[in-house]
Amino acid sequence: MGYFLQQLINGLTLGMIYGLIAIGYTMVYGIIGMINFAHGEIFMIGAFISIITFLTLGLVGVGWVPLALLIVLVATMLLTSVYGWALERVAYRPLRHSPRLAALITAIGMSIFLQNYVQLLQGARNKPLQPVITGGARFLEGGAFAVSFSYLQMLIIVLTIALMAGFTLLINRTALGRAQRACQQDLGMAALIGIDVDRTISLTFVMGASLAAVAGLMFLLNYGVIDFYIGFLAGVKAFTAAVLGGIGSVPGAMLGGLLIGLIEAFWSAYFSVEYKDVAAFAILVLVLIFRPTGLLGKPDVEKV
Amino acid sequence: MQAQAPGPAFDFGAALKDAGLVAGVVVLLTIALVGVRVQDISSGPAVVFRFDDVVAAAVLAFLGRLGIGLLRARRPLPVLVAALAFALGLSAILVHDVVAGGADGADLAHRLLPFASAVVNWTIALTAWVLSARAAWLLWYASESALDAEAREARMDRLSARVQDWARLVGPLLLGVAVMLPFLPGIDRRLLDIAILVVTYIMLGWGLNIVVGLAGLLDLGYVAFYAVGAYSYALLALYFDLGFWTCLPLAGIMAAFAGMLLGFPVLRLRGDYLAIVTLGFGEIVRIILLNWYTFTNGPDGVSGIPRPTFFGLPFTANPAEGEASFHSFFGLAYSSVDRIVFLYYLILGLALITNLFTLRIRKLPVGRAWEALREDEIACRSLGVHPRNTKLTAFSIGAMFGGFGGSFFATRQGFISPESFTFLESAIILAIVVLGGMGSQIGIVFAAILLIGLPEVFRDLNQYRMLAFGLAMVTIMVWRPRGLLAHREPTVRMPERPPPAGEAPQETRA
Repeated sequence: MGYFLQQLINGLTLGMIYGLIAIGYTMVYGIIGMINFAHGEIFMIGAFISIITFLTLGLVGVGWVPLALLIVLVATMLLTSVYGWALERVAYRPLRHSPRLAALITAIGMSIFLQNYVQLLQGARNKPLQPVITGGARFLEGGAFAVSFSYLQMLIIVLTIALMAGFTLLINRTALGRAQRACQQDLGMAALIGIDVDRTISLTFVMGASLAAVAGLMFLLNYGVIDFYIGFLAGVKAFTAAVLGGIGSVPGAMLGGLLIGLIEAFWSAYFSVEYKDVAAFAILVLVLIFRPTGLLGKPDVEKV
Repeated sequence: MQAQAPGPAFDFGAALKDAGLVAGVVVLLTIALVGVRVQDISSGPAVVFRFDDVVAAAVLAFLGRLGIGLLRARRPLPVLVAALAFALGLSAILVHDVVAGGADGADLAHRLLPFASAVVNWTIALTAWVLSARAAWLLWYASESALDAEAREARMDRLSARVQDWARLVGPLLLGVAVMLPFLPGIDRRLLDIAILVVTYIMLGWGLNIVVGLAGLLDLGYVAFYAVGAYSYALLALYFDLGFWTCLPLAGIMAAFAGMLLGFPVLRLRGDYLAIVTLGFGEIVRIILLNWYTFTNGPDGVSGIPRPTFFGLPFTANPAEGEASFHSFFGLAYSSVDRIVFLYYLILGLALITNLFTLRIRKLPVGRAWEALREDEIACRSLGVHPRNTKLTAFSIGAMFGGFGGSFFATRQGFISPESFTFLESAIILAIVVLGGMGSQIGIVFAAILLIGLPEVFRDLNQYRMLAFGLAMVTIMVWRPRGLLAHREPTVRMPERPPPAGEAPQETRA
């Protein structure tokens, strides 16, 4: 029981991170119908900017952890979202009316570029960070397996839920959210009724990138070590999560992320660590075969 | 954008503001990742500040953007003067650096360089040269109005149509060069190795073209079949002591079988889902190869893979007692290049078979069905084409060629490990197909030479190689979204005039 509970907590934490990245994929796919393959790299850049900010703050002497965390969070979200914006402006906007494959190739090219850019600038070695948040609650001490629920995990879960709530409000209640939903339904029509489509798409990338930046920060805090290659696997899994939840659907992305995180945690705990990635992909294939639109996706009507 | 009109009113303030905005974005982009570097030292990571690089990048971005703005507004003269002066100055310092041995860094001129890395400086100098050339061009042809994007696209289309026409001429010519290549003067072992690599990618590109170009199926995991082919040969040779020529068809069959196994459940998915599932499959294959230690030797890879033989004659210097080797059988002096030349012809042959196969199968009903499915699946279904089975044939035939390529790779390297079959390989092969212009056989040749050959020649710039590769992918696609030589000829044409009444109407199926 204790062991199961522990894996549940670990899986939830991991799933929150995947979910935050998956939102970026799902929103971009919903609006312009392309796989933003470089989104995983944006997540990686977020993690790098976080570690850089942490170390700089340490140098400047900001020692109080909540303040440092807040500064890092804001700085990372801000700087990473500039990357998201620039990515769309440079690589995707010129290709908006081109064949979809062209945009996919640019995205892959951008992903290769960003990976090597970070590798060149920051070096190929692992970057470790001392634990910033330590301690946690322990329960079921008397049982066979004591469960630990660290403050960090609590923070990740609470922060993600808060972000998700804010984000849902933004999509459902604000003018920007309405514009986004309109663009998702029909870009041409949205432009006709006076929505600035370019601006909406740019802001979508900015929001996706800032959520991915938070995920990068959480990844850094959770694992304590990053390298320039973390974006690929995390990105692929997050995309898997987005597809699993039904691509284009924001709650679906979160649900898919949680499921992938839980599957990964339980699979590593009960079966084998080596094949945890295989499990995630295998489940994706199964879902796509039996429910091609994902768990929360709307069925796609084929028009002739 | 009012660039079409020659000499529109030019708002200098707006251009400045625009350039300032770009510089601001560059500052935000670079301030953390470029301006601060995480250093590895024994006591844990620490940071080093390099804000001068950020400033340099921002200033350069400002000037460059301003220059482009001026060019767009048809004010080439100041740009020409400034860019030329900058390019000349920078190049002079760089050349001086190279001549003087570079790394002293003490003299003043050296300190004027914007960045520490010579490659980056050269790139900037090159950009300045390009900018000044563009300005000079505009100055010279001041009367000619700028081509808008569509006109440029149309011009490139005409060009690529002409290249495709030439392909009938260029094809045999290229083939002649390819066949003669090992005997051309100035070809050494290194260049031959590069040629083998390029031809390998051409073959893989042609193989993937069947899947992506003809059938329109987006496959991001092609490398999985490459890996299946490579490991089939390696393991068959290891466990059953089979030779290359026995294993080549077996590897192809196994890869085709793997393609069928994967394709059967997933081929009814739409494009992007298929992409992600094939990507996942590629990763699954790699993870299995990595972790199934007892069978594949895991991350250590399989070594001692037998080299190919020339109809049973090995390319060894000292053959075993009582056996002939290639050089002794033909009475030649032993040369280690012989084997490389043979490998080159082997892959060239395999590539040509792939090409010939593709060209022929396009004319067969199944090839027609692939192309029809790519264009309109619903119409095909209503005409009685079974989508999944038809796609499955394309998928597994493409996989088969991937398998052939894989077993060639294994025999060439003599050693394989899961490291060689990462997603990057799939991405490169797909990029070759798409950059070349989907479905264009000759385009794939050019794209492979461009993407594989050039970076190999510039191998010295090792760490910048992949950076430039990614950038090239983006630039080419933005410049030409449908691929370098995208010009789609219909495979079947309706006759332009109705045939004379006496003759039977020509058969036209599509």
